[in-house]
Amino acid sequence: MADPMRIRANMTGDKVEVKVLMAHEMETGLRKDAKGNLVPPHFIRNVTVTHGGKTVLSAQWGTSISKNPFMHFRFKGGKPGEKVTISWIDNKGDKRTDEATIAGGS
Amino acid sequence: MDSKRREVLKTGGGVLALAAVAGILKPGEGLAQEWNKAAFDTKSVADTVKALGGSGSTPSGAIEITAPDIAENGAVVPIAVESKLPRTQAIAILIEKNPNTLSAEFEIPAGTDPFVSTRVKMAETSNVYALVTADGKYFHAVKEIKVTIGGCGG
Repeated sequence: MADPMRIRANMTGDKVEVKVLMAHEMETGLRKDAKGNLVPPHFIRNVTVTHGGKTVLSAQWGTSISKNPFMHFRFKGGKPGEKVTISWIDNKGDKRTDEATIAGGS
Repeated sequence: MDSKRREVLKTGGGVLALAAVAGILKPGEGLAQEWNKAAFDTKSVADTVKALGGSGSTPSGAIEITAPDIAENGAVVPIAVESKLPRTQAIAILIEKNPNTLSAEFEIPAGTDPFVSTRVKMAETSNVYALVTADGKYFHAVKEIKVTIGGCGG
């Protein structure tokens, strides 16, 4: 199981601003190790963000997303104290789900 | 001898059945989404647009790509895309000269800003396309990003 995601969800005006940092190798499958063997691909393929049972963002990723992926977006309809849930699944079937509480803001 | 062989076969079959059950169970856990393998295997911008369901795309000034002109490290290139097109449904990031063109596709439901920011790997200096699906049509913007150290060697 991978390390937890670092999630920040803050109100900015009437929108919730979400920033996520995931811990993942994001191996492309093109890189070789010290012995010259190809390192098999290992990367996050799907990311889903939900709020109150509704999907607010879903993504499909290829191998060219950077190691320890970062993602930033905004959605309407959230309030401070509510939860944002983020899940990912990679090409090997490993998965992780984390949630964060929306913080107030100005 | 013969009976032993049967035993082995039985056990083997059992393991296979278990694996099959595990395989079937996995998608049932709620996080099984489709991954558009065809689109992620494409090697050119035109092919990617087709694999994502479009027949072509129109350049649009209403799409803004925020990224550095020169990326010192191709392994981590910050890219943000904002669309001002009404009814933006999806934003895809395409890197023309990467081994596979498509980097990411984000589906934007109603209520979510047509804006997304992430970090990508770039093998070499290349045009980066932001492909936006809005109201069922495909639009794009292009920005060239120069890379001094490639990102695909890890």
